[in-house]
Amino acid sequence: MKRVLLLLLPGLVWGVPEVALAARISEISDYSFMDRAVRFFSFQDPGLSHALAGSMLLGISCGLMGAFLVVRKLALMGDALSHAVLPGVALGFLWNMSKDPLAIFIGATIVGLLGAGTVQLLRSTTRHKEDAALGFVLASFFGAGICLFTMIQNLPGGNKSGLDKFMFGQAAAMGAGDVLLLAVVALLAMGAVVFLFKEYRLVSFDEGFARAVGLPVQALHYSLMLLLAFAIVSSLQAVGVVLVSAMLVIPAAAAYLLTDRFGHMLVLSAGMGLCTGAMGAFFSFVGRNMPTGPWMVMTAGGIFVGALLLAPRHGIVSRWLRQRSRAEHIREENMLKAIYRAMEEEDFSREVVSVMELAQLRREPLEKTQRQLEALRRAGYVTISEDAVSFTPQGWQRGCEIVRNHRLWELYLTSAAQIATDHVHEDAEKIEHVLGEENVLQLEKRLDYARRDPHGKRIPSHEEIQHGRRPGGKERASGYGSHEPR
Amino acid sequence: MNAPDPTSAPPLEVHDLTVAYHKKPVLYGIDLTVPSGSLVGIVGPNGAGKSTFIKAIMGLLPLASGWVKIFGKPYRENCRRVGYVPQRETVDWDFPVNVMDVVLMGRYGHLRLGQRPTKHDREIARECLDKVKMLPFANRQIGNLSGGQQQRVFLARALAQESDLYLMDEPFAGVDAATESAMIAILRELRSRGKTLLVVHHDLSSVKDYFDRLILLNMRLVAYGPTEEVFTPETLQKTYGGRLTILSDVAQTLGSQR
Repeated sequence: MKRVLLLLLPGLVWGVPEVALAARISEISDYSFMDRAVRFFSFQDPGLSHALAGSMLLGISCGLMGAFLVVRKLALMGDALSHAVLPGVALGFLWNMSKDPLAIFIGATIVGLLGAGTVQLLRSTTRHKEDAALGFVLASFFGAGICLFTMIQNLPGGNKSGLDKFMFGQAAAMGAGDVLLLAVVALLAMGAVVFLFKEYRLVSFDEGFARAVGLPVQALHYSLMLLLAFAIVSSLQAVGVVLVSAMLVIPAAAAYLLTDRFGHMLVLSAGMGLCTGAMGAFFSFVGRNMPTGPWMVMTAGGIFVGALLLAPRHGIVSRWLRQRSRAEHIREENMLKAIYRAMEEEDFSREVVSVMELAQLRREPLEKTQRQLEALRRAGYVTISEDAVSFTPQGWQRGCEIVRNHRLWELYLTSAAQIATDHVHEDAEKIEHVLGEENVLQLEKRLDYARRDPHGKRIPSHEEIQHGRRPGGKERASGYGSHEPR
Repeated sequence: MNAPDPTSAPPLEVHDLTVAYHKKPVLYGIDLTVPSGSLVGIVGPNGAGKSTFIKAIMGLLPLASGWVKIFGKPYRENCRRVGYVPQRETVDWDFPVNVMDVVLMGRYGHLRLGQRPTKHDREIARECLDKVKMLPFANRQIGNLSGGQQQRVFLARALAQESDLYLMDEPFAGVDAATESAMIAILRELRSRGKTLLVVHHDLSSVKDYFDRLILLNMRLVAYGPTEEVFTPETLQKTYGGRLTILSDVAQTLGSQR
């Protein structure tokens, strides 16, 4: 993970050009979509490189910090903090009545930390839990910020302040100073996360244990919160106060679906943040002066939905496929069982069963049975000639195993768990498909290698299964309260 | 590491320990000294303060009064000599880490800030995983384990700490009988190597079998001493208060063991 992050570094420094802003990209508006797309990729506009570099940098720092928020279940903290910094932005502006990135950064960070402190205070001194405390801080700080914004707008020259861009973000309005700030924050975040990776991970996973082994848990926690505040505040110009929490949460949430290792999650989250930032800047540019924040969030949302559908283990598609193959497996085994039972009825005096018979036994339409038998034939379990179905050696083995599992389980339930004989069939129908080799050995041992199930049917032995030997036709069920005719 | 020395300070000395939540005391004036090389059970009803006691020893909770010494020093200075198994429910098992990651966390106390685990640390972690028979699961995400397997991972992590005093909060919760006996064998082996273990335990029927000493706790120290002296119907009644149903249950298990 360290290596991947280090590789990203040179690419970032590039994002701070010294060119003065000739024309804001937002001023160019009379071209078609294609023309604008070409303009975007040819980097003709000097403002564009700021916008693009800034958006990518903020994607990285938000992605990294967001990963911590998601695994620590603090996603709402990001939301509250990003709204709470608004009064700080206004105060930073009032400092010398200009959009000085550093003054705004400092003002917003201080107010953001004040907001986080208020949440902490409410939680520890009142009976309120975190959610109510977050809700209070988010709304009240945001409200105060809006009031301050309106006041500034009413000041002489205030209506040209450009502060309205802080609401939904305008990457194109970023200057070299903004990009420099974003680069510093991204470097700080990456440096801290790479250097203190194991500490941050332990504190996030098991805080009690972290303190027990003597880690400076408080310091680690506050440093993470400070980095989070930095990431939020530096991103405001590009994404806006309202949607910056989405840049924290969405790439991280998508990464959480894609991997089971925290290091990979951090890299994925930062990477997806970077892509999201770049694409947000692109759409905002192409879409004629559109706010950047919503476009970034739309892109991130698209990535999230993609991860939700396609993630290898936790994705909807892979889960659906797994379920389907399980259902297929069960249908297959049930048909093999039916063939076995049909042969057993005649004491294995014949080697073939007709398709019609099976359809009746399975209580299914003939075509359905035919389709399933065809699938079994392709899998090499049965051979079919005309209407007659017979087992291959593998088919015999698997059929026997399923019947054995079913009867063993029934016997186990009746003898060990004292469940009535007529209550066990349903349960065994499910269990027979999931019993592993080891479970079977345990069950057989527990049941003293009994060869008769509670209904008096024969339980196939390992001998019979392995060597394809048919159970002798002589033995008949007796003495078990069997329902079979004597 | 200084080897445990029988003549040196005891592994754990607790004096007048009182812990309060929101000014409401949950543990009053606990006084006890645990000698080296003993396997000590902590027993008491729900809400008796068993977990609180363990956490207070490690300074995870603020003390209202009293002090704790680990091998004669405050916990902060000797935290490397203490291994910890927290309750299983205290962590999020969906957290994106695998079994090996978790066991390696036991080595962090021996590493500097920012230092990566070394080959030696990995070797130790692997041995500990092997000891609890979880080595084949080293690369599994921890959420895919059964309760008993998760408990064994926590035990392996504590073993990887290579400590002299172990504090374990219900290590047998949600563990099947076979695993429990394998785990107790590991604890006994640690004891035979001169380690000291404090174990919060729920199942009174196995107390006599498992522990040399018992701490009977119910917001105060009801009794403390060698198991055969302390584990009597009288002290149990004191510990479990007037809840006669439990008492009679226990009396029955006691009777059946004789």
